[in-house]
This record gives sequence, C-alpha cells and structure tokens, in this order.
Amino acid sequence: MKDEFVRNAAGRDVVTAINGTPAVPYMGVGNYHPEGRKTAPPVPTCADYPADGNKIVADLKTALEKAGLRDGMTISTHHHFRNGDLVANRIFDAAAELGVKDLRWFPSAAFPCHEPLIRHLDSGVIHHIEGSMNGPLGDYASAGKMRGMGVLRSHGGRYQAIQDGEVHVDIAVIAAPTSDPFGNCNGVNGPSACGGLGFALADSQYADRVIVVTDNLVPFPCVPWQIMGNHVDSVVVVDKIGDPEKIVSGTTNITKSPDRLLIAERTARFVEAAGILRDGFSFQAGAGGTALSFALFLRDMMRAKNITARFVRGGSTQYLVDMLDEGLTDYILDGQTFDLAGVRSMRDNPRHIHTNPFVSYNYHNKGNIASMLDVVVLGATEVDVHFNANVVTHSDGRLLHGIGGWQNCLFSKCTILPIPSFRDRIPVIVDEVTTLCGPGELIDVVVTERGIAINPLRQDLIDRTKHSGLPIRPIEALKEETESICGGVPEKPRFRDNAIAAIKWVDGTVIDIVRQLL
Amino acid sequence: MGLSMNNNAQALHHAGAVHAEAGRSGKNVRSDCLVAITLRESGGIDLQLKSKVEVLYGRSIRALTTDMLSFYDIDHASVSIEDSGALPYTIAARLETAVRRLRPEETRCFLLPEREGLRGATPRDRFRRSRLYLPGNDPKLAINAGVHAPDGIILDLEDSVAPTEKDAARLLVRNTLREVDFGGAERMVRINQLPLGLADLEVIIPQEPNLILIPKVESAAQVVAVDDRIESLRTSFGVDTPIHLMPIIESAKGAMFAYEIATATTTVVALAIGLEDYTADIGAERTLEGKESLWMRGAVLNAARAAGVQAIDTVFSDVNDMDGLLASVREAKALGFDGKGCIHPRQIAVVHAGFAPEETEIEKAKKIVRAFDEAQRQGLGVVSLGSKMIDPPVVKRALRTIDLALRSGLLTEGWKEETHEG
Repeated sequence: MKDEFVRNAAGRDVVTAINGTPAVPYMGVGNYHPEGRKTAPPVPTCADYPADGNKIVADLKTALEKAGLRDGMTISTHHHFRNGDLVANRIFDAAAELGVKDLRWFPSAAFPCHEPLIRHLDSGVIHHIEGSMNGPLGDYASAGKMRGMGVLRSHGGRYQAIQDGEVHVDIAVIAAPTSDPFGNCNGVNGPSACGGLGFALADSQYADRVIVVTDNLVPFPCVPWQIMGNHVDSVVVVDKIGDPEKIVSGTTNITKSPDRLLIAERTARFVEAAGILRDGFSFQAGAGGTALSFALFLRDMMRAKNITARFVRGGSTQYLVDMLDEGLTDYILDGQTFDLAGVRSMRDNPRHIHTNPFVSYNYHNKGNIASMLDVVVLGATEVDVHFNANVVTHSDGRLLHGIGGWQNCLFSKCTILPIPSFRDRIPVIVDEVTTLCGPGELIDVVVTERGIAINPLRQDLIDRTKHSGLPIRPIEALKEETESICGGVPEKPRFRDNAIAAIKWVDGTVIDIVRQLL
Repeated sequence: MGLSMNNNAQALHHAGAVHAEAGRSGKNVRSDCLVAITLRESGGIDLQLKSKVEVLYGRSIRALTTDMLSFYDIDHASVSIEDSGALPYTIAARLETAVRRLRPEETRCFLLPEREGLRGATPRDRFRRSRLYLPGNDPKLAINAGVHAPDGIILDLEDSVAPTEKDAARLLVRNTLREVDFGGAERMVRINQLPLGLADLEVIIPQEPNLILIPKVESAAQVVAVDDRIESLRTSFGVDTPIHLMPIIESAKGAMFAYEIATATTTVVALAIGLEDYTADIGAERTLEGKESLWMRGAVLNAARAAGVQAIDTVFSDVNDMDGLLASVREAKALGFDGKGCIHPRQIAVVHAGFAPEETEIEKAKKIVRAFDEAQRQGLGVVSLGSKMIDPPVVKRALRTIDLALRSGLLTEGWKEETHEG
C-alpha cells in the first residue's frame, strides 16, 4: 500500500492514514478540538469473577487464552522496568505458542532488552509496534522491515490515544512488583520494585482485559494499590518479572563532562537571571547527566538564597530525594523513579507523590501539571533556527529513542534545552530538524557551551536576562559557528518515499513522519 | 587515561615503507580517526571509510582525503579511515602523519585554510591566573577548551604525549593552532625537552603561538637556545607578533639558577614550577601540605620578582577536590604567585575565584588609585594617602588589584564615579 501525504500546519508532509486508519494532520498548537466522548471498556459483572477475590491463573499463556487472545489484537505493556523487563518477551513467546498472528504491540516504551521480539516481527506474530523504538528495534524499523507503520507518542499522547479510543487495547499486561490475588498492585515493594506504575493507568481503565503479572504475591490487601484490582481480570505469578539491576540503578551519577557541567551551570544561572528562581517555584529535570547537574546547581542557588520550591517533577533520583528531605521542596511529583533512593522515598515519604500521565500530561484533559511548571529542562538531538526540536531520530535519520514525556513538558512556562551545539562532528543546532517532534513556539531557550539562544517570541525572557552577563546570542549565530567548526553545512540523510513511523503530537494529530532510509 | 592505542600506530621508519598508520579508533575514542595507508604499484586509490558521520560528512571526508593524497603525489594506495567524528583539521593531521611516516624525508605541509582572527599579540604582563593543559595528541579536549575561559591554553607536546606519538602530536597541535578558537585565552605550547623541543619549534612557530613553555629548564643557555631558534624562525616565516617564553623549573639545579633563567632573554615573561619532578629530584615525597617544596617555591618566586617576570605555581592534581584546590590557590596567592596550572576545565573558575582580590584589598586599592589620580591631576611627583607616602610599586600593585577585581566581576568599570567616603 502506497502512502499518501498531506502538508500539515508545521509544513511537514505527513501520511493521511496509519495502517489503514485515517489520521489527522497536525493543525498547530491548541488548534485541534476533539469531539465525541471518551471510549469505554465493556461493562463487567462481579458474577463472572471469583467472590473470594482470587484471580490467580496458572500461567501467562492461560491468562492470554482466558482473555480471548486472537489474531490482530492489541497487547499493551509498560516500561516501568526499563531495560530490565522480562515480561514483554514472554507474552509474545506465549502468543507464538498459541499460534496467534498480526498482533499490535503497544508498549509505553521499548528497550534494547526487547531485541528478541524481532523474531516475532519476522514470523508475523507481531504486525507492528506503536511505542518508542530504539536500539535494535529502531534499526529494524528504520530499515523498513516492520510490516506496519510504527507510531510514536508522548506519555501524555499515549494516555490520550487510549482515552479517546484512537488505540483500542484488547489486552493489557501489567508487570507489577507486588500484587495481591485480586490484582491490586504497586511498584514500591518487592524484589523488582521500580517506584510507580503510572504508565499502566490508562490501560487498566480502558483495556478490555487486564492481566497482572507479579513475582511478589501478597495476601489482600496490597497497599498502596497504585493499580486497582477492580480493573483486573487475572493475576499470574512468575519467578521473576525484571532484572533489578537494570530497573533502577543503585546510584545515579551526575555528569563529569566539563562541557556538560558548563551547560548545566549556565542553565541554572539563566533560570536565576530570568527571575524564575523564587520562593514557591517549581521545576522539572530528568535523570540525564546534564539535567541532574542542572538540578544540583539550582539546589546550591536555592540554599544560598534560602529559596524553597513548592514542587519538583521527577524522574526522581537520590538528588531530588535529598532536596525533599532537606526541605528545599515541599513535594516531589514523580512520574518514574530512577534509583533505589527514589523507590524508598516514594514508599516511605508522603510528600513523594506517585503520579501518572493522566494527571501530568494528558492533553485531552481539563488541564494538567506540565503547563503549571515554572521551568523544565529537556534534551534534544537537534534544534533548528526556528527552535523546532527533534528527539526521536539521529541526524542520519535512524530512529533513536522515544518521545517520553518530552512533548508534554514543552507546555511549561519556560522550556529550556541545555544541549551541546555539536556532538563530535554531528551538529545539534541545524537549519532544519530531520524529524519534527516539538514546535519551536513552545521551546523558549537553548543553552549551549557556545552561547544561549532565546526564542524571539519570549521578549520577556530577553529583557530580563539582558544585563545578566550571560552569553546570549541569536540562534542563527550558534548555527553558523557550529557549521564552521564541523566543516560546513552537513548533508541531509536520504530517504525513500514510504513512511516507517508516524510522530504524533500531544493531541493525536500527526506532526511528522519518519521515512525509510535509502 | 584508559584509552588504548589502537593497532600499531608506530611508523615503519625505514626507507621504502609501504604501510603506515596514524591516529586512533576504538570504542572510547571520540573526535579522532585512525588512518592507514598502504602504497601499491597500481590500481589507483582505494578508500575505505567507516565513519559515524558518513551520512552528514562522508563526501567531505572523501574529498579531503583525495585532495591530500594528490597533494602528496600518492596515486596508488589503499587507504582506510576509521572515523569517530574527527573534525577536518584532525583528519588532515592524521593523514599527514601517516604520509610522513611513510616518507620520513617529506617536508611539505598540507595546510587547510586557517580560521580568521586566531592570531594576535598578547602583552608581556597580561593575566596568567589559569592556564589549562591539554594533551597535544588528543583532539577531543581541545575543541571546547576555550569555552571554559582560562587565561591561557597549553597544547602539550611533552609529558602527555607518548614518545612514539611525538610526530603525530606536533602536526595535530599545528593544525589546532590554525583552526580552534580558544576565545580570549593566550595560545601556549609546551615543547619537549631540548633538543627535541627545538624541532617542535619548526612546526609550531609559524602558527604564531603567544607563548612557549620550556620544560625542565636548568640553565640560561637552554632558554637562549630556544629564543635563538624562535628568532630565526620568526625571521624566515615573517612572524611579527612577540612570542613569550615561560621556562618551567622542575629540578634542584633549575631552582638554583632560577634568576639566571628568568633573565636569560628579554622574551621570558614568567617562571613556572613543576613539583612532581622536583620532589623526585630532591628525594622527597610530594605532600598535600607541600613543606618539601616551600623553599623552592619561594626561591623561584623571588627570582621571578627580582627579574621582573611573573611567577606561576604548579598544578593541583586532584580534580575532584575543589575545596583543596581553592585552599591551594589562596596559599599560592598569599605567597605572591600570579597563577596556577589547571589540568581540568572545572578548575579554572575555582582558580579565578582564588586569585580574586578580597574585599579589603579592593577597598585599599581603590583609595591608593584615587590618591594616585589626585597626585597626577595636581602634577605631584609623590603619591600620599593621609600622612603616608605611597611608593610606586604599591601603586602598581593597587592598579593590578583593581584590574583583577574588574576581571573577577567584583568591580564595575565605572567604579571611580561611584560616591565614596574618606
């Protein structure tokens, strides 16, 4: 089937249909207004479930059979165990044993540990993946080997897609570090503890069938019940659901790179100069090396100026937990936990709040946390002179990683990308991004080692930092310097006509596509 | 440094060699490349390129390679390049090194166009609080060194470069001087010990570095030898910017002749100290406290001051101990030193903070400078503050303190216009 294209509001030619279903082209920030009602799962009855609350079945295969698995269905999983997940591969092994074909895998993110699934893509058990694809799966898709078109969504966009009925989940499989036989479960206890289970919330609410897989069964009640057993059809107990080493690291390390430290420090100084650093402010910084270092520089400034944040959004780590314990922030609102200190804090500290994409990110909602943040720092593989940014592909056009919460976070009051202007010889500041993930109007500041560029739309930030002594420069000047260092304007990757993946905007419209490499 | 030399980068230095390599590749190598050239009788050029920037700059790398081979009249060869994102000047340096390893008699330099605005004179007595050492054969660290804003950047050809890589480092440093913008930092090169260091000068001086560091100096004659060679190269290459010298004293003997060394030529602007070698030389352990080197530091400082040149303290080697570094800088400042060596970019800001004048020093300096201005205005030969006469060296020091305060952001340019008491 040949793809047909239409030019969207960002000037990108995008597909008119994804795997046979018509798709809405991106219309600009806030311009697409959804109609209709949210989707709903079938109405269940207690009569069909054991009155004693024991929903345990023998194994995953039995649970899938019981859930009515058949050809063409959608199975969802979640990335709470990141690269340590042992469950997704087993699901599709079981599906293969059952002789099922053409499944859509709908993970909240895929990791290199899912490389074995290539076998099931080749054999036809899995038709295509809708979720982040990186490493071996990214290369597989980039080479055009996946039969269906991939779809990449933000965490908020994934919730939106399920809620709006854009993706109908037939069977959700929730890997839970602790569960009771009823299916109440959480991620804070057990040998595979990972923190929260927020990414599975939408699936638990909207999927036709929900299976909980755990390696730590406790008698009812399992508290806290981050996922309510009332949504759950069956519970499977296995030896091991994840590799704890790869789920959370024992410690999170800040960067040692002097260039990244410089960028992180400058970012913190910018935040101070822009007047954002004041009592009761809020910020979000992920667990990447530069973002973590930024948080530490900010912490030092907060201490020095005796400033307390009202809340900090994580990706929580030891460092954020220390800030909470020290009283530098009233709350951590945590979407995913990156180290053991974060897991313990979420379990033990009532001010360390477990959040999910519904409260944090979902755009088809009556507001969300992302837009209330005073400042957020994010990464990017490329930013262009219009402040458009790319996070999903390498500069050479290969799928690199998922969107995560990145698109959702762009709605903060001040979005800063602390990034190098080039990596080795790969320009990061470019004339036009290879793949558009975030529209420039939402990206306020780019902080590089060679200067800080402020989006001309943010005259307020320009005015407030004018006399800061910070090296503020036009983004075009940064781009030219980058090109002059890297050896001229880089060539563009060359693609075939067909799309291998669609990039969704937070409202479900198509903001860009990724084409197959030539 | 945990980086492995890939393959056998050594040259086959005998006449008629047909294979040579230069540069590095491997998992931990960044911004460098490994070039291998094998000459053959016929078949033209066969170029195998493996690059992480193939899509973005593959064509440009191939064009550069073809240009260089043609420049060196190499018509038949198989050439392989394993590239970890090297910038063009690095690729060119590695290719040229490989060619020179094939042909030890080769004297032609392949020079890419030089970036504009890199050359320029620096004053004898400019600030040299921090100077960042960069290993001369590792391109990765040089590219962004300038953004950390040290007073000086030292491209090192000596201790950080393996004996087998001296030829490669020399060409890479030459190309670095032509291409990399170090911002406002003074461009310095540490040459090798003589006589190898004199050969370094042949390649380096035409690029007009601001300053040459001479390692392990023990006599005035060594400084004169370097100065003579620089003078003759300046003449042959038409270099008219001054090239300063900074001898490094790193031995008991060097310390004894510090004054002679400092006054050997008029081009010496500073004496620096190297304590690793010195402590070994006197048979002492190097300690954090540094009692064992206190005499030597005092002797070198005194010699420098007597000769009217700057005195630069040694490096602080624990890059993770910023508190220790600050204490060490404050101590150096208290002893009278003008600067400190840096081995990590994060040390620079700490060094600058350590050399920044104290509030009381600034206030005192302001009063002296105002009194000096007043004396000038009245045409008085003598500067006085209250009933006290102020000697010219004190005025000079006060002016320097003010300059330092301005650089450290502790004072703004218009400070004289501010109202003041007394």
